[in-house]
Amino acid sequence: MNFPILSSLILLPTIGALFIFFVRSSNKQYQSSKYVALFITVANFILSIYLWFVFDKSTVEFQFVEDREWIVGFVNYKVGVDGISILFILLSTFITPICVITVNYTVKKRLKDFLIAILILETFMIGVFCSLDLVVFYLFFEAGLIPMFLIIGIWGGERRVYSAFKFFLYTLLGSVLMLIAIISIYWITGTTDVEKLYELGIDQKYQNLLWLAFFSSFAVKTPMWPVHTWLPDAHVEAPTAGSVLLAAVLLKMAGYGFIRFSLGLFPAASEYFVPLIYTLSLIAIIYTSLVALMQEDMKKLIAYSSVAHMGFVTLGIFTLTQQGIEGSIFQMISHGFVSAALFLTVGVVYDRHHTRLISKYGGLVSIMPKYAIVFMVFALGSLGLPGTSGFVGEFLILMGAFKKNILVATIASLGVILGAAYMLWLYKRIVFGKIIHDDLRNMIDLKRFEIITLGLLVIPILFFGFYPEPLINSIETSVGNILDVNYFNQTKNLALGK
Amino acid sequence: MEYLILFLPLLGSIISGFFGRNIGDKACQIITCSMVSISALLSIIIFSKVIISGYENNVIVATWISSGSLDVNWSIKIDALSSVMLVVVTLVSSLVHIYSVGYMSHDPHKPRFMAYLSLFTFAMLTLVTSDNFLQLFFGWEGVGLCSYFLIGFWYKKESANAAAIKAFLVNRVGDFGFALGIFLIFYVFGTVNYDEVFRLIPTITDQKINFLSIETNIVDLICLLLFVGAMGKSAQFLLHTWLPDAMEGPTPVSALIHAATMVTAGVFLVVRCSPIYEYSQLALSVITLIGMTTAFFAATVALVQTDIKKIIAYSTCSQLGYMFFAAGVGAYNVAMFHLFTHAFFKALLFLGSGSVIHSFKDEQDINQMGGVWKKLPYTYVLMIIGTLALTGFPLLSGYYSKDAIIEFAFVSETKFGIYAASIGVLTALLTSIYSWRLIFKTFHGNYNNKKLGIETMHESPIIMMAPLIVLAVGAIFAGMFFKELFIGYETTYNFWGNSIKFLETLSTDHPPKWFIYLTPTLVILSIPLSYYLFVKNTKIVDDIVSTNQPIYTFLQKKWFFDELYDQIFVKPSKKCGLFLWKKIDGLVIDRFGPDGISSLIKNFSLKAVKFQSGFIYQYAFIMLLGFSILLTLLIVK
Repeated sequence: MNFPILSSLILLPTIGALFIFFVRSSNKQYQSSKYVALFITVANFILSIYLWFVFDKSTVEFQFVEDREWIVGFVNYKVGVDGISILFILLSTFITPICVITVNYTVKKRLKDFLIAILILETFMIGVFCSLDLVVFYLFFEAGLIPMFLIIGIWGGERRVYSAFKFFLYTLLGSVLMLIAIISIYWITGTTDVEKLYELGIDQKYQNLLWLAFFSSFAVKTPMWPVHTWLPDAHVEAPTAGSVLLAAVLLKMAGYGFIRFSLGLFPAASEYFVPLIYTLSLIAIIYTSLVALMQEDMKKLIAYSSVAHMGFVTLGIFTLTQQGIEGSIFQMISHGFVSAALFLTVGVVYDRHHTRLISKYGGLVSIMPKYAIVFMVFALGSLGLPGTSGFVGEFLILMGAFKKNILVATIASLGVILGAAYMLWLYKRIVFGKIIHDDLRNMIDLKRFEIITLGLLVIPILFFGFYPEPLINSIETSVGNILDVNYFNQTKNLALGK
Repeated sequence: MEYLILFLPLLGSIISGFFGRNIGDKACQIITCSMVSISALLSIIIFSKVIISGYENNVIVATWISSGSLDVNWSIKIDALSSVMLVVVTLVSSLVHIYSVGYMSHDPHKPRFMAYLSLFTFAMLTLVTSDNFLQLFFGWEGVGLCSYFLIGFWYKKESANAAAIKAFLVNRVGDFGFALGIFLIFYVFGTVNYDEVFRLIPTITDQKINFLSIETNIVDLICLLLFVGAMGKSAQFLLHTWLPDAMEGPTPVSALIHAATMVTAGVFLVVRCSPIYEYSQLALSVITLIGMTTAFFAATVALVQTDIKKIIAYSTCSQLGYMFFAAGVGAYNVAMFHLFTHAFFKALLFLGSGSVIHSFKDEQDINQMGGVWKKLPYTYVLMIIGTLALTGFPLLSGYYSKDAIIEFAFVSETKFGIYAASIGVLTALLTSIYSWRLIFKTFHGNYNNKKLGIETMHESPIIMMAPLIVLAVGAIFAGMFFKELFIGYETTYNFWGNSIKFLETLSTDHPPKWFIYLTPTLVILSIPLSYYLFVKNTKIVDDIVSTNQPIYTFLQKKWFFDELYDQIFVKPSKKCGLFLWKKIDGLVIDRFGPDGISSLIKNFSLKAVKFQSGFIYQYAFIMLLGFSILLTLLIVK
């Protein structure tokens, strides 16, 4: 067997965490811990870039597969990547170092523990995206809850305990059903190996129930309407780095799960439940956009906008078209950058002014011009302006949706107008206008570490907006494979009879 | 060369935007001005190449998106149509750049302003040189974004911010239709490239599609959806409300974006898609109808406005209406011709009014002006030239293009032809009256400004006047020179080549002689009439106003569109958002969801706790109870 590159990716952060845990750091600033965390996460990012580089985009097979016996006769520790999962791994390893940098400068208490939590979380995130066994996936998927729960519960704001429990309650309840479904899959087919299950297929009569069980877990994590209310609370109370990881990566686990498991394992049920998903997605898009419009708290506004954006994602996945699914994956990656960036920009002013109320700001452009520029880029990315990555995903999704159902695409497109409304209004209220609150005058513009972190996010948002090929190229074959293998009715080109 | 035309403005924008602070205001101005000027020169060279040798080219810059069967490139497409737009955009843009150096001389944010202007130019160029609908959409939103930046340039003004957002959102509504149009095109043809789409159009002309449960012809639907986008960008009736508000931006911006270039993008779209529109009689009728409604509506509103820039803005709106109804009756080349001449005289009028506003220290109300024509002689003369050209005074550029539109409408065999022509004549009269009202109230009569003494009035610096003179030359001669080329019976098909499609050749009939002379006569007669009404005997106007107060208010309030939209769109959305958030999220989902469950569990466990009282006799009693129940059950069984 070759060098176990995926296991290294998964384990490296944990090793780093152990290292930080055991190495006593004598000085109060935890200098050594900071450097260890940064070093480990950057190394992991480089490793994943290398992985992407040697990855063969032309084949549909899972690559770098490692298969070890774990619980004899029952579960194998099996990991591997295809063109889809590799992007999510890259997203995780890209966002984590950015979080580590901000944490170093912004978290005041128990920094060492925070770093450990982030590193452990990275392990679980990467694990989710490359596990090829249902049990292994479930373990990583659920384990991710724990560090997040701690991050919100310990480093959060005033109502942190309420939010942390709400978060935990919601997500756990959904997952219990998924666990039952996984056990029953084992009873039905005798294996939990994803690749084998793809080949075997699952009997149609079980598919609907199993699909619903998986759905209940993924819907909460996405989150879809009406189980979305934990997200605004969790974001509001979470520290900046927590919000960033939550929005950028944790929400994507569910979207990834829909593609990998719901479509892959239960194709018939997936088609059967398309109307349900369409309805919930459309409600999410319109409803949460309207709610976002009226928010008074910046973080809540962005949280609600995340729900709307994830509504596009679920819509795209279940169009079961090439454009729709590719658009959804693209949208998830893009939303990873944009939402992370937006939470960081909120963090910047929160650190200085200690409030998230929109009405307490205004006129920042005259005192923080650099901040105004980067914030503008992110706002535009969020509202999906052509030339930012947000556009490509949204547009592909809507194109895919239009092929399947014109009404759905039309309603979803209305969300694009609302998206512009709440984002520009937010921007106007914070950045433009006269300075009404005099205490804002001594705010300082972006510091160096903020320029680095935000700059790192500006680059992919613009680059992939103008040149999305690298991402789309990577997923093209795998998405095509999902559609072909499962015989989703290929789009009929009605007019030309193609 | 194509690369240079496109990327020089972008380069200028980047340098000025990011390094403005380091290299200083002067350097920024020189760099951006020269970049755009070079681009303008190159565009003129290309344009002459197109005229002389029918030059065509399509440069593929890079792949943009390729997903499944969707394959889109970044491209620079040069043909007759785009070369005309190139000249208009880069020429007006370079003049506006130069003018801005003078106009913005007291502003502290010059580099930022120049960067936006250049960025806008770049976006507009990507729009016109696209070879597919997606890049067109990119440019489309790009110019919208720059317009948003520039309207809100004075970010401390609350009204400017509101206007900027309004412009962006109303345009988004238009873009919503546009995007749906693109989806439909992709759905039907599997491609979004012009050439392939245009080639395939004739094969699907009678196919139908079920759109929102209405059975519609596909071609009609595509055309109408694209036209919704064009309505938004070109501020046509129903989606026009953003344009007058957009005048909150600095005046050079109004000249460049809201007169000569961006707002004409809608007309460009319709002309570019002539191979599709030619197959949809329905869409063409709608375009004619909307076009003439806009032309008339905007002219009536312009009659009573008092803000100098808003009058010109409504005038722009009205002239765009003319272009649309030209396109609607199938005279795409005439629409382009009017677009071309309009760019000169409308930019001239805006920049001229900017010069007036500059002299009056940012006063825009024409009731606060008057009697300054001796003080501002050059501006006065230039404004007169612009007004003559706009109203269609014989031999000036507007005369050739506008009268051609009215004549084509008259001889066209469409349903609305005659109707449109008569509205056209009426609107031409109104145009003339409101334009001269502006001139007379601004430059003649008594001096009405209380804040500034008349002796402080002075002409603007040469750097502002020079661009005006160039534009004036264009306003006078552009019609005469290019008439044959754009709309001549023989030459026009040669020149436009494949860029415009005429399913049937244009009618060569002439309208009757009396009709040809009608418009110019009205236009000329309206000059003394306006002079009498607005200078000599202003009492008559006041009387008319006071006797027709309701109509006056109706016009003054712009037909109450803003209030209407506020009531039916803005307020309900906000209320709805608040309701969904507080009531549904808070009182329904959370109450019965997580909070409900957790309190249920809590209550339950509180009750359960009571069982563990610790008293032996209670436990014994429960045991006894259970035992006896079990026993009873057994016995009964």
